[in-house]
Amino acid sequence: MGASEVDVGRLLARLHRDEGGRCVATLVRVLGDVDAAEDAVADAFERAARRWPEDGVPPNPGGWLTTTARNIAISTWRRASTHDARAAEALRRLESDRDAVPIDLGDLEVVPDDQLRLVFLCCHPALHPDAQVALTLRLLGGFTTEQIAAAFLVPTTTMAQRLVRAKRKIRDGRIAYRIPSPEELPRRLPPVLAVVLLLHTEGSQASIGPTAEIRSLATVALHLAEVLTTLLPDEPEALGLRGLLRLHESRRPARVTAEGDLVRLADQDRSTWDAALLRAGLTDVRRCLELGRPGPIQIQAAIQAVHATSSSLATTDWAQIVALYDQLLTFRDDDLVRMNRAIAVAELDGPGAGLALLDDLELDGHRHLHSARAELLDRLGRRDEATAEFDRALAHTTNEAERAHLLCRRHAVGT
Amino acid sequence: MPQYLLSVFQDDEAPLPPPEDIPGIIEAVGAVQAEMKDAGVWVFMATLTDAGSATVVRGAADGGVSMTDGPFIEAREHLGGFTVIDVPDLDTALEWARKGSAACTWPVEVRPVADGPPEP
Repeated sequence: MGASEVDVGRLLARLHRDEGGRCVATLVRVLGDVDAAEDAVADAFERAARRWPEDGVPPNPGGWLTTTARNIAISTWRRASTHDARAAEALRRLESDRDAVPIDLGDLEVVPDDQLRLVFLCCHPALHPDAQVALTLRLLGGFTTEQIAAAFLVPTTTMAQRLVRAKRKIRDGRIAYRIPSPEELPRRLPPVLAVVLLLHTEGSQASIGPTAEIRSLATVALHLAEVLTTLLPDEPEALGLRGLLRLHESRRPARVTAEGDLVRLADQDRSTWDAALLRAGLTDVRRCLELGRPGPIQIQAAIQAVHATSSSLATTDWAQIVALYDQLLTFRDDDLVRMNRAIAVAELDGPGAGLALLDDLELDGHRHLHSARAELLDRLGRRDEATAEFDRALAHTTNEAERAHLLCRRHAVGT
Repeated sequence: MPQYLLSVFQDDEAPLPPPEDIPGIIEAVGAVQAEMKDAGVWVFMATLTDAGSATVVRGAADGGVSMTDGPFIEAREHLGGFTVIDVPDLDTALEWARKGSAACTWPVEVRPVADGPPEP
């Protein structure tokens, strides 16, 4: 039975989002080359778009894509091997490695560690931090270069060059595709944790695209945090990251409506929280406290824990939250932390106090700064200024759900 | 295995280590060299004389030549020495660079050699 092209298109878009990263992670292991893996996966998706409408969707679409990508890579290398020594060498290695040449679909099953290997590769300390994030978004998140360029506010050609340069360095420098040894981990872990946290932040409050969230990204981030914790059970920052993401995810049902619209903290229905996930997150935070080695991610998890154990906005222990932000500032002295602290101070000491703190920050053009200022100005009855701040926030917001929310708030304030 | 060039960069304007520390530094660098040889990764090492002793040569196809006194790149930092090692991947090269840099007290640049030597 054939599937319509529209259905296949929709299915492939979902597969690209949800399975693209896993597919690339497996192919990098099988092929030993990031570029070849990316190209082959892209070709496999293209082939699926041509064939599936006629042949029907295979029973295991993810497996079909991975196998097809591998076969495409082999035939590309075979054609190139007559004049390209590197391709010939890659082909020889692939064909001599029995483990890497699966006989059927079952053998191409994704090794759970593949995504972790890929994240350690993308976050290698020899790569520039911006390149680490861009590579992770591209290879694990399945984002296009255009989307990543938009998120970084740079021209697409600049981002394309940055990605090409990073991938060339991985290839020419022979950065190994492996999980670091226990001795290396303390050094290798912090950039990975930072990038996983960023993936989750981008996944739960997308700066780009039509929807408020990119679920696949948030899910990949939580999954990676879980794998990292399994790998490093006594590493408090990894545990803190899992706790942070679990607590954040547990409150998600209240934050976003079924239609994908955003709900303000004050208007969230706390009875919809995922109680089991919330408990699991709190357990992680408690375990962090037992380990007694605080770090910036653990403190962010503790802040989430205070929110998660409050029955309402009014009964939230804002003094505790401000104190935790003060502690966070000793690890990460930056204006984004100060912005969140100011928002908490507004709840503790009133909107005027919060606004005064926001005025000191040099975050002009940051969408959350302007929307926070707008909300506080509104509470102070300074409607015209609030409307102007909403306009500034809107000017810097490219996410459509967030724009809709801001427009709605601006309208409510303006009338 | 792939080869990596570990280059030691010296800053002309940075203060030199006090003279009494020099023997210790030489000894530490020697120890890292010995460790590289024991590990079977050492290919070649050279300490260079002062950059001021360099000469830049431009040869022409007709046999003509022009020369300039001094290093090719006028900069505060100069290549002070280098080591070539043969290791499986970048992480291993970076770890040797860390040891080397700690021993000689200067930053070390790690650069992959373009292609391994031809297979025998």
